Amino acid sequence: MPLGAHKAALFGVAGVSTGSAVLLETAVASDDASIEFTLPTAYKQVKFGLYNLHPSAAPGPDFQFQVNADSQTGYNETITSTNFRTYHAEDDSGSGVAYRTGDDQAQGTSYQTLFYEVDDEDDNGCCGELILYSPTSTTYVKHYVSRTVGMQPNATTKSDFSGGYINTTTNLSEIAFKFSSGNVDSGTIKMWGIK
Amino acid sequence: MSDDWKLISEATASGASSVEFTDLTGFKIFKFVLIDVNPATDSESLQFQVNASGQTGYNETITSTYFAANANEAGTDANIAYVTARDQAQGTGYQWLTSTQGSGADECSAGELHLFNPASTYVKHFYSRMNHYHASDYSADSFCAGYINNAASAITEISFKMSSGNFDGTIKQYGLVAG
Repeated sequence: MPLGAHKAALFGVAGVSTGSAVLLETAVASDDASIEFTLPTAYKQVKFGLYNLHPSAAPGPDFQFQVNADSQTGYNETITSTNFRTYHAEDDSGSGVAYRTGDDQAQGTSYQTLFYEVDDEDDNGCCGELILYSPTSTTYVKHYVSRTVGMQPNATTKSDFSGGYINTTTNLSEIAFKFSSGNVDSGTIKMWGIK
Repeated sequence: MSDDWKLISEATASGASSVEFTDLTGFKIFKFVLIDVNPATDSESLQFQVNASGQTGYNETITSTYFAANANEAGTDANIAYVTARDQAQGTGYQWLTSTQGSGADECSAGELHLFNPASTYVKHFYSRMNHYHASDYSADSFCAGYINNAASAITEISFKMSSGNFDGTIKQYGLVAG
């Protein structure tokens, strides 16, 4: 049956709005070192949908992001962030909620982990979303929040929550996603601007 | 990804003591997005309350939870903790959305509050997630959830303010699912 007018509502079409969110770009990874987007200037909320991101490397690299501020070089802006997770093993050997100091930053300039240890098995990956607030502000620091879910190499479901701020008043112009080692074997990232 | 949120209204606060939205009809779920919220007074917190139909004032009965992940810029403290001082047990005060915010020129908060079915004859649930620049140079990721314990009346108005003093910022109201 033809999808007709419902196609855009179901799948989104670049540049077409079905509500407050405008799909701006879709990137499909194919053994890429990183996935990069130029940030829009017209939106105070920019949302990234992260779908089935699968690493090429083993075992368990982290899925991460960083940003570049306008007129600067490299993905290395200063971030202060938090990171905590909930988890539960398939064999019921472990579960809980815990802060993870290894994946936060205190005025760090490294890539920020969105999901710690993505299993590289062919049927695994991580999914989630990242929201950047007011990335083009030239007055305030830029806050972000993310939530991801995926499988760790030890057959554990895990959901990671990260939040923080990019500690610059320069507007952000670019964002990059990558794994801590190896390439992004496959997966899709969509970028929306929210009116 | 929900791409069918409808932008209903937008308020820009500039030295405002509070921001109110007075139309909570037509949708089952409302989302309020708070962006670049900068308090005039250091160490104050962003809060909200609601008013029920036929009643007076922002003072409905709330039972809520609040926890936060925090990490400081110095790298000397990081934690996640439930904060009993920011929940309510049948309280009628404004509900905390953040802990103490910094008021520096570049310091602000951002995040979302969801309010479910404010016109229903059940209690009205809500949850929020805000990231903010803490007054002591922390990044704080704050999660609040709870219910407004009033099944008899529709919630018709919502108010946002700092615990003391004025604020700048943008608050957008969205609706999802035509009711």
